[in-house]
Amino acid sequence: MKPELAHLIVVPIVLPLLVTALLLLLGARRRRLGSLIHVGAALANLLVALEILRRIHADGLPGAVKVYLAGNWPAHFGIVLVADRLSALMLVLTGVVGLAAAVYSSAAWGRVSVFFFPLFQIQLMGLNGAFLTGDLFNLFVFFEVLLAASYGLQLHGSGRSRVRAGLHYIAVNLLASALFLVGLAILYGILGTLSMADIALKVPRVPQSDRGLLHAGAAILAVAFFTKAAMWPLGSWLVPAYRTASAPVGAIFALMTKVGVYTLLRLSTLLFSSSAGPSAHLGGAVLLYGGLSTIGFGALGLMASLRLGRIAGFSILVSSGTLLAAIGVGEASVTSAALYYLLSATLAASALFLLVELVERAASGEESPLRYAQLELDEDTNLDDAEAALVGRDIPVSLALLGLAFMACVLIVSGLPPLSGFVAKLQLMMALFNPGGAQVAHEPTAVTWCFCGLLLLSGLSATVSLSRAGIQQVWSTADHPARRWKVVEVAPVLALISAAGWLTLSAEPVLHYTRAAAEALYDPRGYVEAVLSTKPVPGPASGAGEEEAP
Amino acid sequence: MEAVLALVIGVLGGAAVWLVLRPRTFQVLLGLALFSYAVNLFIFSMGSLFIGKPPIVAAELAPDLEHYTDPMPQALVLTAIVIGFATTALFLVVLLAARGLSGTDHVDGTKEQR
Repeated sequence: MKPELAHLIVVPIVLPLLVTALLLLLGARRRRLGSLIHVGAALANLLVALEILRRIHADGLPGAVKVYLAGNWPAHFGIVLVADRLSALMLVLTGVVGLAAAVYSSAAWGRVSVFFFPLFQIQLMGLNGAFLTGDLFNLFVFFEVLLAASYGLQLHGSGRSRVRAGLHYIAVNLLASALFLVGLAILYGILGTLSMADIALKVPRVPQSDRGLLHAGAAILAVAFFTKAAMWPLGSWLVPAYRTASAPVGAIFALMTKVGVYTLLRLSTLLFSSSAGPSAHLGGAVLLYGGLSTIGFGALGLMASLRLGRIAGFSILVSSGTLLAAIGVGEASVTSAALYYLLSATLAASALFLLVELVERAASGEESPLRYAQLELDEDTNLDDAEAALVGRDIPVSLALLGLAFMACVLIVSGLPPLSGFVAKLQLMMALFNPGGAQVAHEPTAVTWCFCGLLLLSGLSATVSLSRAGIQQVWSTADHPARRWKVVEVAPVLALISAAGWLTLSAEPVLHYTRAAAEALYDPRGYVEAVLSTKPVPGPASGAGEEEAP
Repeated sequence: MEAVLALVIGVLGGAAVWLVLRPRTFQVLLGLALFSYAVNLFIFSMGSLFIGKPPIVAAELAPDLEHYTDPMPQALVLTAIVIGFATTALFLVVLLAARGLSGTDHVDGTKEQR
């Protein structure tokens, strides 16, 4: 990496933090400037993520890993940020979804209160940080950062159902965070380190007498991540919380369960890789069966739901379960397909959350989603006079456009051809039946059949349930006078769907990339060596003085 | 000392679990607070327990673990306390909002069926 751009890795964390400070300083006085900065920062965030991805991809090495020593201490002692292929992919996904949700929120939701944009930026910072950190405790801190922001965002707009769902959501996540700390403390007590790379080195050397405790600690840690990834039976908080959240928040929340999945994938491959001796592949079966039961639960929930918001929530559960089960299989080819599925499912779920609000608004005949926030809005209507010319411009889209967007979402979520959901599920099944490639004969087991059956079943129930809701809520409103939606609200939905369309067209290079990412995950030596061999930068300023979470 | 600390953590944790499972929001809040105390003590005890050993290197003592206690868990606990305190305070606000909106302090926002 060129020296002048060595700090690029820390930008996804520092940028939202600085923007938050700026937005807080602006306060309520300059709304229009605030929303411009907000959208600009989200765009910059995406560009930085793309640049990190480009650099890592250009490296071409099997284990392309960029390491950044935040405090200029060696990795055993200091805070370390690591960007490998998987992290870069997740950063780009965060960037895309974050930008879409930011643009959408600049239309209406961002005006609900002064703190919407700052909280949103903090949420982005937490997501980026969780994907980049190479240190368990820092992972906890970033989890708390993104959760704290998500509590505020979820409650945005207030109202009884929102507060009620928020109460459960916060209580469950506080408990999960406490379990996270317990597991982390046990790991520290045994291994004496919290750096993920160092832990990966030390796990094979743990004496037999301590191994039980190590496994217990890892299991407690995993329960925390299962809760965040909404694995059955720990995921019942998800649907009410996501359904009641406002549309742009729901879109960004679609990413949050993926943080749990990402962490499980990262830690299970790093800590319990095949070189971890007796601990190799610990908990794979739990992931597999837990994931399968989550898919089953999600599929049943889909069938039982009539409202689009609930359907979107359950589709998140299904995708989460599919990813957990695919990680539990523990094969690089399956994980590679799962990463592609993750991209496609997250884009579709985010688009669905944004669409749900537009459709429901059309059905209920309401112009504005701000049912509970009229007071706040009225106070600054005079400030919005200038804004009306820019973001308030309506476009005469008919419901047909929304209907088409909805159909695209249905195709992706349920995995029907020709969009990316189909490619993802096809890849997943091909990888399940032939994990070593088509040349290596492989006898499918009962679990493989069960996994494939559930995948198809969940696709069927998503099709049934989404078509039913679509007929009732998209088509039946056609006799209403044609509504007009703002450009900034329709554009993000179309952008997310076209991103999924792009994913379909360039499935070959994307799958090539996820394949490389998955192979690097299952052979973590490159990661460990890159992290531990990075030397602090010598120089007069020994503490580089970067802004960093404690 | 280990036994006493283990007992304290156990009692705190047990009380916390019982309170979290109660139907009243304020009891859940107290349960979460007790749980964070238990967890903080637990993290603290993971650095192995010593009495009268400093965590910061002093000039007259050789810098090895014979003479010092591990400073890492103390630093971790400090961060965990701050985060736990902030999130518990946030929970309190949501609790009050839920009480105001639903008129009951039941966790589901509805009066219990008797």
